[in-house]
Amino acid sequence: MSYFFQLVVSGIVVGSIYALSAIGFVLIYKSSRVLNLAHGQIIATGAFITYSLTVTAHIPIYLSFLMSMIITFFLAMSVEKIFLRRLIGEPIISVIMVTIGLMSIIDGLIYLTPFGSENFSFPPFLPQQPIVYAGISISYTQLVGVIITFILIGLFSWFFKKSTVGISMRAVSDDQLASMSIGVSVPRVFGLAWATAGLSAAAAGSVIGNITGLNFSTLHAFGIIVFPVVILGGLDSLLGAVVAGIIMGLIQQFASGYLDGNFGLYGTAQVLPYILLLVLLLFKPHGLFGTHEIERV
Amino acid sequence: MNTNKTQHLLEVNNIEVVYNDIVQVLRGVSLNVPEGSIVALLGTNGAGKTTTLRAISGLLKPENGFIRDGFIKFMGEDITNVLGTQVVKLGAVMVPEGRRIFKHLTVDENIRVGSIIRKDGHQKIRKDHELMYRHFPRLSNITHRLAGYCSGGEQQMIAIARALMAAPKMLMLDEPSLGLAPLLVKEIFENIELINKQMNTTILVVEQNAKIALEISQYAYIMESGKIVLEGPSEELKTNPDVKEFYMGVTQGGGRKSFKEIKSYKRRKRWM
Repeated sequence: MSYFFQLVVSGIVVGSIYALSAIGFVLIYKSSRVLNLAHGQIIATGAFITYSLTVTAHIPIYLSFLMSMIITFFLAMSVEKIFLRRLIGEPIISVIMVTIGLMSIIDGLIYLTPFGSENFSFPPFLPQQPIVYAGISISYTQLVGVIITFILIGLFSWFFKKSTVGISMRAVSDDQLASMSIGVSVPRVFGLAWATAGLSAAAAGSVIGNITGLNFSTLHAFGIIVFPVVILGGLDSLLGAVVAGIIMGLIQQFASGYLDGNFGLYGTAQVLPYILLLVLLLFKPHGLFGTHEIERV
Repeated sequence: MNTNKTQHLLEVNNIEVVYNDIVQVLRGVSLNVPEGSIVALLGTNGAGKTTTLRAISGLLKPENGFIRDGFIKFMGEDITNVLGTQVVKLGAVMVPEGRRIFKHLTVDENIRVGSIIRKDGHQKIRKDHELMYRHFPRLSNITHRLAGYCSGGEQQMIAIARALMAAPKMLMLDEPSLGLAPLLVKEIFENIELINKQMNTTILVVEQNAKIALEISQYAYIMESGKIVLEGPSEELKTNPDVKEFYMGVTQGGGRKSFKEIKSYKRRKRWM
């Protein structure tokens, strides 16, 4: 039985990392209907900034974690301003193509630095012994990662539900012309969406980097890995990202814990999430919590 | 009313609007809106009424439109080709045609987001928010419903309340009667009159329903093919035989003219 609970705990850990990586997608999609395919690269950038601040500039890791979120906030905001602002009003597909271009540019830039090819790991700053309770173990890094995830998601949900600026971001995704008619600045909203996505990406990158070590290909792969999570949750729902992230985490852990190696099955952890996704989308094409188009007849 | 020399809140002077650098929609439109009044802009489909409102509220750009000639002044300040956000900040807010409420936001959120440009503190905004529910009691029972599921009349009220939350000096309404039942149209227009009187908001209303618009307005302009073809105090226009015939479908004898005749007459008029 403790094996089962161990899998549940690791499923939640993996799941909340997925969720944290996924909310960046959701934040951008929610206001501008754009899928940012360069999200994995932003995650990696955030992680490398945290690492540089901690190791090279000798700033305490908690502080460099916060600073990295702020730096990436402004970085993502400038990326939007430089590359995407002029595309407002153009077809969404062109904007998505630009994010593919961005992906290659950031890739190229990172390959110029040592981060592109070498592996790094954060200096340990939390107790190395895992917490063990009734035979179930979780490391401090994982626990802190889960807590950070839930704090951030709580903050973002509050922001979108309760603050006027947050509501205006949802309004822009609903009807751009109408939001302009009441004075919402659409470019500002898009900038803010990218900035908050950058902030969440930096947090995700730093948490992943602490748990798995810093490896560029692992980090930027998170941009793709979380795709099924985002689609399962419904592209524009923060809650959906969390629930879907944890569902995916649990499925993967159970698959690798119970199926792999038995019944002659291998690699089910990689396949099962996609099978589930396909089946679910047949019944719920908008994902678990995605917005349905309201059609009045 | 336009003969006295008092300063107008809104002054549109001979504007020409082109879309995509080619299609000319407005060919020299001029109109004035005095402070505290209700002014109506009437005309048939495609006359350029919506374009005029969009030009004033700085919303031509998303449609690739541009004011090529003429100027617009609001409170003496030049707002020709100024961006929409700026116009709202100056105090002119438009309720777009077809209501355009935020479907996936609740009624409460829709109204609240209208205050986005305001900087005068939460207290005042909250007070105005409550005022909206007093003004539109129908909305106070459905604050948490998604606006997309509200009825057409409710949506029009939401759209007006949302615009009023910006505390505008001038409210522009683009066909508030569109797609509403006659009784509701009456209710909406009574509301507009109340807003004008109680909140001291100047109103510019674009309408196809000439009858009701002339009822509540003090002055009116009639547009056709991108030009103002007729203007005057609403009382006078109401009795003008041409207006009665073209826009209310009533002939001098009081009978109704057949649609075919009206059309041919109009075409002839354009030639002149």
